[in-house]
Amino acid sequence: MEKITNAIQVVPIQHYIYLSLILFTIGIVGALLRRNSIIVLMCIELMLNAANLLLAAFSAYHGDAAGQVFVFFIMVVAAAEVAVGLAILVLMKRNNHSLDINLLNRLRDNN
Amino acid sequence: MSLIFYILAAVAIISALVVVFSKSPVNSVIALIVTFLAIAGHYILLNAQFLAVVHIIVYTGAIMVLFLFVIMLLDMNRENEPHKKWTTKLAAVISGGLLLLVLLAALKKLSIMPIQHAVNNKMGLVHDLGQVLFKDFLLPFEATSVLFLAAMVGALMLGKHEKNNI
Repeated sequence: MEKITNAIQVVPIQHYIYLSLILFTIGIVGALLRRNSIIVLMCIELMLNAANLLLAAFSAYHGDAAGQVFVFFIMVVAAAEVAVGLAILVLMKRNNHSLDINLLNRLRDNN
Repeated sequence: MSLIFYILAAVAIISALVVVFSKSPVNSVIALIVTFLAIAGHYILLNAQFLAVVHIIVYTGAIMVLFLFVIMLLDMNRENEPHKKWTTKLAAVISGGLLLLVLLAALKKLSIMPIQHAVNNKMGLVHDLGQVLFKDFLLPFEATSVLFLAAMVGALMLGKHEKNNI
């Protein structure tokens, strides 16, 4: 265990930054590309996790535990966001029988 | 030792691509769970053991199960998703690539200092994190409870079945 957790001495922090950037970009491209609302929500989770990974990496390299506490708060926000977001999706499916994200571009009442 | 990092990074990136490009939403959820497990492995490598455990419990244990429940509830395990126009797809890929390019170019200018502190192996354990959380971040911690309450009430209000009102 001692040897496993010493990756910060061999892996430079740039590689963690590259990994987080790639994950974040994949999340953004997915959110722009797909029309299924659930997939868009999952891509948002992916972006949040890329930011979390970067915060944990900086925290470990700087030797400060505040970054890891911040990751906890991001997890709390993500959990709350998913609960409300999925409730909205269920409501959307119930009302117009589709999860197409393009249906949301007219949120006003048409009548 | 750095080999583990690169293996985990490859697993995370490939499964993230599967999340975006798979046809069925259930496959996307499974791929996202694999991504989260790989990220938990990264946390363990980064000396953040407690964070890794909480990450697995919260994300793969709670959030992704919620996703699976909603997918099964809405019966969308079918490939009936309409596709966007190819111009929109092209624009999405190009803008994502440009964002990556800009961030990488900004990273080139960055000068990163070497590690100044001695590596503290116990930093990610419950004892130290609890000290920081309940001494320095007590007020934000209490505020998150209010946030959770608001989210809970909001989800209940949205999910309530009202026939004539909505």
